[in-house]
Amino acid sequence: MKTKKLIIPYLLWMFLFTLVPLALIISNTCRDEAGNFTLLFLQKALNYKDEFLYSLWVAFLSTSICLVLAYPLSYFISRSSERAQRTYTMLIMVPMWMNFLLRIRAWVLLLQNSGPIDSFLNMIGVDIPLMYNTSAVVLGMVYEFLPFMILPLCTVMGKIDKSLIEAAQDLGCSRLNVIRKVVFPLSIPGIISGVTMVFVPSASTFLVSQYLGGPNNRMIGDVIEMLYKSDRHTASAIALLLMIVILVFMVIMNRFGDEEAVGV
Amino acid sequence: MEQTSIVSLRNISLSFDGEVILNNIDLDIKDKEFITLLGPSGCGKTTTLRIIGGFLEPDAGDVFYEGKRINGTPPNKRNVNTVFQKYALFPHLNVFENVAFGLKLKKFPKEEIKKLVTKMLAIVDLKGYEKRSVAKLSGGQQQRVAIARALVCDPDVLLLDEPLGALDLKLRKDMQIELKRIQKMTKKTFVYVTHDQEEALTMSDRVVVMKNGKIEQIGTPIDIYNEPANAFVADFIGEANILDGTMLKDYKVSILGSDFPCVDKGFGENTPVDIVIRPEDIEITSPEEGTITGDVTGVVFKGVHYEMEVRTKNCILLIHSTVSSSVGSHIGMRVDPNNIHIMNKLFPTPYNELEAEVTYCNEAENSVTVEIEGREVDIPGYSFEKGTRLSIILPPDGLYVDGEGIGQLTDVYIESVIWKGAHNEIILESDERKWIMHSAQDEQVATYVPICFDFSKATVKVLDGEALNED
Repeated sequence: MKTKKLIIPYLLWMFLFTLVPLALIISNTCRDEAGNFTLLFLQKALNYKDEFLYSLWVAFLSTSICLVLAYPLSYFISRSSERAQRTYTMLIMVPMWMNFLLRIRAWVLLLQNSGPIDSFLNMIGVDIPLMYNTSAVVLGMVYEFLPFMILPLCTVMGKIDKSLIEAAQDLGCSRLNVIRKVVFPLSIPGIISGVTMVFVPSASTFLVSQYLGGPNNRMIGDVIEMLYKSDRHTASAIALLLMIVILVFMVIMNRFGDEEAVGV
Repeated sequence: MEQTSIVSLRNISLSFDGEVILNNIDLDIKDKEFITLLGPSGCGKTTTLRIIGGFLEPDAGDVFYEGKRINGTPPNKRNVNTVFQKYALFPHLNVFENVAFGLKLKKFPKEEIKKLVTKMLAIVDLKGYEKRSVAKLSGGQQQRVAIARALVCDPDVLLLDEPLGALDLKLRKDMQIELKRIQKMTKKTFVYVTHDQEEALTMSDRVVVMKNGKIEQIGTPIDIYNEPANAFVADFIGEANILDGTMLKDYKVSILGSDFPCVDKGFGENTPVDIVIRPEDIEITSPEEGTITGDVTGVVFKGVHYEMEVRTKNCILLIHSTVSSSVGSHIGMRVDPNNIHIMNKLFPTPYNELEAEVTYCNEAENSVTVEIEGREVDIPGYSFEKGTRLSIILPPDGLYVDGEGIGQLTDVYIESVIWKGAHNEIILESDERKWIMHSAQDEQVATYVPICFDFSKATVKVLDGEALNED
């Protein structure tokens, strides 16, 4: 087929910027300075298993909160008129037009000691630490990644034929049952792509935790960033492990999705 | 058949975005009958069904179910089930689960569900299909799953929204008979929506013919076919010769310049009426024996009968006969008085009557300008002072659709188009009034066209009396 030639530019790109770096990381992981094969760095990487688990935990929390916030909203959006749908989608996209770093800095300004929220809380007699804890990190993550949960959910839910919902009502479903018995099973592909799109970047990002989590709430991304300057072999080993964990996660998600999405 | 009403609609009206969808609908659906809502697209038949199902609320009027008002009751609380146009089967469930859906919600015990679903699948001829994925079924099979899914809930009323629309002709015919069989077997009330008149006649106990959000006629298929209420119904149901006639007196009507005896009375004397003669009711005779004569201009063999086109002095008639006459032959035609059906005209007057005020008088060109529905329109050949009120009588051929697309009135709605053997009788609706127009051209119903006036055919009078015809 002639159209196959069209993918050559991308293949070159992928080779140069995905496969070659991947090979370098594997080589960094498995060979010491002298070039001999070793598993020492992988072993060293396991010293950071606390950060690993913490990252997965934070990613799990952020993804769950995103899902809980996005699901009802997406259902509402997908049931509104086409014009309204376009407007809502745009409103959801607007924050993403701003620089990622700026948005996180803005959260720092809002949450920091004697910042507006802290001052207000102090005024009404509440004194709780707003920053440098897990909640702040999760908050930042949810803020960053919520649109990536909403958009795929909206797309999939928008494709559910209105007559299916009417048929369910017709057969005796209350509003809640319509969602439980029809909308939810049919929206599983959207949930899967949303979860993947939020979980993967939340598990590996480093800026959010650096700004909002402080030194005591390091995530695996922060470790890689910090280690890379001093010990790029161990950093590579951690990166490789992270990649494998994420890969396993995605395979499980997709398996689950294939089973559920039969006939959709 | 029991004659109590199970569903009643009273003065139902509904508008959407300023457009009237239903206009004061009154309908009684009897228990255990097969009733069909029939009409062209946009006539409000599906909307009526959705109101009964509870998916739409009327702006005004009441819906009664077994005598109880059910406005505002959601669909899941009504003992009514629907078979949707595109079946709306749940793609994530197999055939069994689809049919069992309603029963599971009603918390039936497992064995009971299995028994009922199996029985229902047998009724719709889908025994052994329980485990199949619905996406892999053919259109007809999906259709039957949808019917089983709705019927298994044991509703008193089953609503069917053009359920056969997506099937091919052969399958559709089979399913028509199948549906009628299922209805008789399950003894349910079926409310069926279709735009296919043949489907309606085949299956229904009663047919409701609708147009533009109004009910035109309710009756048995035989009544609707033999005694159509007006030219629209006659034109929509089956094939018909619809002609202009004049009721001379009781039992005597003039059609195409000849007098015919008929069986109708009570129209008054010399009243313009519409006449329906079904093509199979015209009997071919020798030219001497016929009430009217004509020349055969076309013959098409249709299997059981021949369809012939006969040109008479002033119109073309359609005849169905098992005996063919050859093209070019001169024949006589006769109609039994019982087969001449007489109806009131769709338009109350045979011409357009309007009043307008002169806004400008152009003496140099001998014309005046009047205002019609906010538009300035010139009438050549008259001279009146500004401010004179005029009565204008415009015959149906004094209007025409402007091919250039400009028009003196724009966006006039075509309400009906009926072929009258020699011309189309078109009824139009502008912002303020309705118009009658004759045209040789075929126009599309429910579209908007620009129209122009030809005042050379009009009679113009000053409102305080005195006629001032141009010649």
